[in-house]
Amino acid sequence: MADLRINLAGITSPNPFWLASAPPTNSGYQVQRAFEAGWGGAVWKTLGDPIMNVSSRYAALHLGSQRVLGLNNIELITDRPLEVNLREIEETKKRFPNHTIIGSLMMEPNREKWHELVKATEAAGVDGLELNFGCPHGMAERGMGSAVGQQPDMVRQQTEWVKEVAQTPVIVKLTPNITDIRFTARAARQGGADAVSMINTINSLIGVDLDAWLPIPHVDGKGAHGGYCGPAVKPIALNMVAECARDPLVGIPISGIGGISTWKDAVEFLLMGASGVQVCTAAMHHGFRIVEDMIDGLNNYLDQKGIASVQDIVGKAVHTYSDWGNLNLNYKVAARVNEEICINCNKCYIACEDTSHQSIDLVTSTLSGKTVPVVREDDCVGCNLCSIVCPVEGAITMVEIPTDEASLTWNQRQAKN
Amino acid sequence: MTDKKSGTIPLTDLSRHFAEVVPALKPKEAIDEANRCLYCYDAPCIKACPTGIDIPSFIQKIATGNLYGSAKTIMDANPVGASCSRVCPTSELCEGACVLNGEAASQPIMIGRLQRHATDWAITNRVSLFTAPPETEKINNKVAIIGAGPAGLSAARELACLGHEVTVYEAKPKGGGLNTYGIVSFRLPQEIPLWEVEQVESLGVQFRYGVRVGEDITAQELIDTYDSVVLAVGMSSVPMLGIPGEELDGVLDAIAFVEDTKTKPLSDALLGKTVAVIGAGNTAIDAATCSKRLGAAQVQMLYRRTDKEMTAYDFEYEFAKQDGVEFRWLVAPKRIIGENGRVIAIELTRMELGEPDHKGRKSPVPIPGSEYTIPVDYVIKAIGQKRHTQLLEAFDIAHHHGIPVLSENSYRTSHPKVFAAGDFIFGGGKTDAMVVDAAQQGKRVAHEIHAVTSKKER
Ligand SMILES: Cc1cc2nc3c(=O)[nH]c(=O)nc-3n(C[C@H](O)[C@H](O)[C@H](O)COP(=O)(O)OP(=O)(O)OC[C@H]3O[C@@H](n4cnc5c(N)ncnc54)[C@H](O)[C@@H]3O)c2cc1C
Ligand SMILES: Cc1cc2nc3c(=O)[nH]c(=O)nc-3n(C[C@H](O)[C@H](O)[C@H](O)COP(=O)(O)O)c2cc1C
Repeated sequence: MADLRINLAGITSPNPFWLASAPPTNSGYQVQRAFEAGWGGAVWKTLGDPIMNVSSRYAALHLGSQRVLGLNNIELITDRPLEVNLREIEETKKRFPNHTIIGSLMMEPNREKWHELVKATEAAGVDGLELNFGCPHGMAERGMGSAVGQQPDMVRQQTEWVKEVAQTPVIVKLTPNITDIRFTARAARQGGADAVSMINTINSLIGVDLDAWLPIPHVDGKGAHGGYCGPAVKPIALNMVAECARDPLVGIPISGIGGISTWKDAVEFLLMGASGVQVCTAAMHHGFRIVEDMIDGLNNYLDQKGIASVQDIVGKAVHTYSDWGNLNLNYKVAARVNEEICINCNKCYIACEDTSHQSIDLVTSTLSGKTVPVVREDDCVGCNLCSIVCPVEGAITMVEIPTDEASLTWNQRQAKN
Repeated sequence: MTDKKSGTIPLTDLSRHFAEVVPALKPKEAIDEANRCLYCYDAPCIKACPTGIDIPSFIQKIATGNLYGSAKTIMDANPVGASCSRVCPTSELCEGACVLNGEAASQPIMIGRLQRHATDWAITNRVSLFTAPPETEKINNKVAIIGAGPAGLSAARELACLGHEVTVYEAKPKGGGLNTYGIVSFRLPQEIPLWEVEQVESLGVQFRYGVRVGEDITAQELIDTYDSVVLAVGMSSVPMLGIPGEELDGVLDAIAFVEDTKTKPLSDALLGKTVAVIGAGNTAIDAATCSKRLGAAQVQMLYRRTDKEMTAYDFEYEFAKQDGVEFRWLVAPKRIIGENGRVIAIELTRMELGEPDHKGRKSPVPIPGSEYTIPVDYVIKAIGQKRHTQLLEAFDIAHHHGIPVLSENSYRTSHPKVFAAGDFIFGGGKTDAMVVDAAQQGKRVAHEIHAVTSKKER
């Protein structure tokens, strides 16, 4: 049994799996159920001044038989009074002293108001604070959420205000609705943040009703952009985490969020520099019980690799993530088709022929007499497209083609000239 | 397997007929199927499993690539979960309860084959799924388990994990009970139950093979040596038909007949012969399909009721028909006819169905003067199994026609130290006895013994 405990900027947790600030962490009842199911921590649904929600709030992207590839919402922060939330935080912390509770906060850009909210929340016994500079709708129009998270100066400023009074570690939650997330992450650090978390949701419109010609979802005939999350956003989130992890100017711990549904996703975030992860959509899709396989799978993975503590994998792949200019131009891979397991769907052929480099021939096999795809290795540029569209695991492998040429990157090449 | 034209099994290589019929899921099939599972909450499949395996959870673990966790989830709930993945009547249990059976849905999830996928992984990768508690947490309680079949193994595994000192006495040279010796290889290859035995052995459970309790060691000795005794001896051989000619050469006991195909080189004695199987439960089906696969020219199953009353499942019936087995309903054997000490024919009486019996099955009544004779080379008896009455008496346990009397809601017999589980306590029902029930009873016996022991220690 590997040691799954983590320490994120001084915040300890029995395991790396936290529920992200969202409907699953709306109330004490829910968070306590989550802790019973095994979640190591919970970031409470964002606290702030009272809001009003609209009805008809979520929509999802389904693809084929796969439901909830992505989820979109136009919901705001907590719709319950601050005192009620704080009382429930206190009760929950008393019942689960070893579990992590983070207070997520959002406030108008007013130093005194921030101070008040921080003090009140810390008095309830939270282990840390998360500043929601990410909510992309509703709150942004009022100068909060992503309106802050899109302005590095405002991120720094408001983080500073919080740090003036905060006694517990402060995590700044960033919005992905920005050109380069490192700028806001750096600003958070400059403001004194102890950690950053990412990502909040991405501006999105799920679809349009083909008969009613209305956005999905609509509120009494009108729609507005929502925030996108779930498995579909994972690659975006993972890149942002990795970019921040390798940026020395960010240089503070990261809580990874976005599309994490399984222990495997979590391991990827940890390897790319997250000290822990947060989950929302997967819990909303299946219930709190999914954490059981997350913990079990992570533990078995570590045991099978002979790794004693989950903290030993944090950031272990960051050094392999770099800029394009540092990639070896002389490295070559090429596709190779395993004729024995190829099912002759010819998808690789047409993908290459129509949309890549015309490097696959359909040839009558001397082995089976069937027409099989054969790659002309010299022409193959190693784009991977054929192996991506191939429906059979292992039927197309990308193999390394040894070259005599020494490694040469674009940057090295430019430096020479 | 069957030749479509003649309805017989081609005879090129007998041993091929005994290889597992249902193929393993291919890796992609398993992943696709696992991802099709809805991961229901409070899932009906769990409730339909007598051992209560958390089916959505083990399937989810296949989907996420956590095969170790998947196998562990299965085997934790069911110590013979690898065998059950092959022999459980899943269409009546988990798969029958799957929500995807409904009108608005598609096809039930292939739970049995996914379970096999996960446990096969554990078998192939030779992983050990369970560990016994450390010496310091051992419980000072010695338990003897008689019989290493599903019920005994299950009780042993559970007790060992709870820290008890367990010794299993087994008459046969190997463990697994009917899974190893009774269920035909083409449904359940021997290496599967033997792996399950290994898993129990690795917990430090002592196995005494080749020891028949009541003969090689007395009941009293066990009672004197152990704190608790679990009787998990299953049932015994097939009873006599009680008709003339039963002593003839060529009259076989179905269970012994199947056991030979699992323990000895396959015999060519049935090649081209005519076989009559008496009975229509799962033992009869196994004996009939085995006969076909050993090359018999004609195999007829003779049953005194109709297909509606037989205890074999529809899928077993279909399977037998596909193997070319013929069914004769509403006939009962009257006598077996021999020549030079060998069977040459069997005389049958036609039956009709009368009033329902106490189980609600219509009783067959002979039609006077309807006798007729069919030529046969072999008669295989598969009309149920006898009870281990002698053993019951040796332990001085109250019983009713060879079925031990148990305290209410308990597996405790009339002897305070002695518990019982599995086929040994099976009292009949609409279907035949099942491995999965035996496994669950073994678990429950273990927890009952554990509860009693903890009280004693307090
Ligand atoms: C041909 C056949 C096909 C079947 N097919 C299926 C199927 O498809 N699906 C299904 O669910 N079930 C099937 N069953 C039923 C299933 O095999 C039993 O319900 C199950 O094996 C019962 O387990 P058990 O542990 O109670 O008994 P058993 O498996 O009978 O094990 C009892 C063990 O006790 C040992 N023993 C007996 N007496 C003594 C003694 N005095 N001392 C020491 N050891 C002793 C025996 O050698 C044996 O190993 C089938 C049964 C038969 C006969
Ligand atoms: C319905 C809904 C409400 C949310 N509300 C909040 C919120 O109040 N505060 C916040 O910081 N993030 C909120 N989020 C964003 C999530 O915390 C998380 O960052 C995002 O969903 C990405 O994670 P996921 O892909 O696991 O869902 C919300 C998300 C959803 C779906």
